[in-house]
Amino acid sequence: MAKNQTVKFKNKPVIIGSYSIVGPKEGQGNFGQYFDYVMKSDSFGEKTYEKAERKMIQNAIIGAIEKAKIKPTDVDILLAGDLLNQIISSSYAARDFNFSYLGLFGACSTMAESLAVGASLVDGKLFDHVVCSTASHFSTAERQFRFPLELGNQRPPTAQWTVTGAGACVLAPKGHGPRITMATFGRVVDYGINDVNDMGAAMAPAAMDTLLCHFRDSNTTPDDYDLIVTGDLGKLGSEILIDLMEDQGIKLGLNYNDCGQMYYTREQATLSGGSGCGCSATVLNSFIMKKLRDGSYKKVLFAPTGALLSTTATQQGDTIPGVCHAIVIESGEG
Amino acid sequence: MDEKKRNEAYNKYVKAKIPKTRPWPSLFNSFWIGGLICCLGQGINDLILLWFPNMAEQTAWAYTLIVLIFLASFLTGIGVYDRIGKFAGGGTIVPITGFSNSITSPALEFKHEGIIYGLCVKMFTIAGPVIVVGIVSSILVGLVYLFI
Repeated sequence: MAKNQTVKFKNKPVIIGSYSIVGPKEGQGNFGQYFDYVMKSDSFGEKTYEKAERKMIQNAIIGAIEKAKIKPTDVDILLAGDLLNQIISSSYAARDFNFSYLGLFGACSTMAESLAVGASLVDGKLFDHVVCSTASHFSTAERQFRFPLELGNQRPPTAQWTVTGAGACVLAPKGHGPRITMATFGRVVDYGINDVNDMGAAMAPAAMDTLLCHFRDSNTTPDDYDLIVTGDLGKLGSEILIDLMEDQGIKLGLNYNDCGQMYYTREQATLSGGSGCGCSATVLNSFIMKKLRDGSYKKVLFAPTGALLSTTATQQGDTIPGVCHAIVIESGEG
Repeated sequence: MDEKKRNEAYNKYVKAKIPKTRPWPSLFNSFWIGGLICCLGQGINDLILLWFPNMAEQTAWAYTLIVLIFLASFLTGIGVYDRIGKFAGGGTIVPITGFSNSITSPALEFKHEGIIYGLCVKMFTIAGPVIVVGIVSSILVGLVYLFI
């Protein structure tokens, strides 16, 4: 008998404020009009891109707190993570805030991870206001995981483009806004892919695993959701996920999509689509939240995936493990 | 065992699913841009010999290389070379300009980590293997010459 991985929240924590900030390229993408703030340049007035990423997280946190109409002193704890080694963007950003901090690493699934943990803390009445945040930056991720920016190399068609963006939201036990009703905590899944330029294929099995657990544990089917969205599987990865799910007898229909696949326009030539923590975080905290608030979506399954690799492990020939956490967000007063 | 089989099957499935790069357009682009760079080199060489008729041909080669390396480095610095490289692929990697680009680009990237530990150490992260292969093969060739 498979173990239950899904938590149902009795008190249904409310997302009372959300904020998204993106880079100029992302601002020209398909979600451009929904973001709260589009930066004029990738460096955001800072000397290095790492500092820019840090500033993006800080601004997202401040923005979310303002939109939630609470004071920074009301915040109890910050849950955040990013892609850089030792999650420096989040931890260094947290230096400037006067609340408790819990650093999380779920690679590109961090937004769902922080919301799942945050919702559990709020649901258990342990904290009143929890801020969840994550960010990624194209230039910092590229340097850490791939090649220098100015190197004249070609990217394979499966490669994805790390989203420059940060998202944050504030959870509270009561208030107006979409509610988190369930969370499925994912297992680490590895199907033996070792091509770092093909993250979609590496993470798709993790998404399948978590979605199967979720549908089984919660007794729902894909048709129960207005939108099922994965984070950054990209074009190839989401096609693989559809195939994998079909093999398991579950059909993902038109209500399924992938943030990375939708993120950029065709002219932006990002090959397989967007990726990175910021990819799912900015789409959730802009487009999806807006649609949940105005009632276009009633029930959304948000399931971003993360590739838990490091350059050291990859260079030693290890395969890429993936993880996927899923949360269910419902609109209106529940 | 079961897991191994599953992974093999999955890898096989993914391999079949991956969109293929079309080799002919990429080959064509790298051929003509690579050729263009070589023509440029030859042109620079001819010009040097035209302006300095007394220069030895080998010295002119050295100056040609210096000019090409400078040009590639400069284009890398102003953010143009990577765009050409994205289009031309091997055509811009194989000539000496590619070597110049592979040293300049990490130097730019890591300069914020300090002159010595950033710039100087990381400068050769990409070009390093090429240099090692060059030195090792020259040792081998030297040994062969020693014994014949």
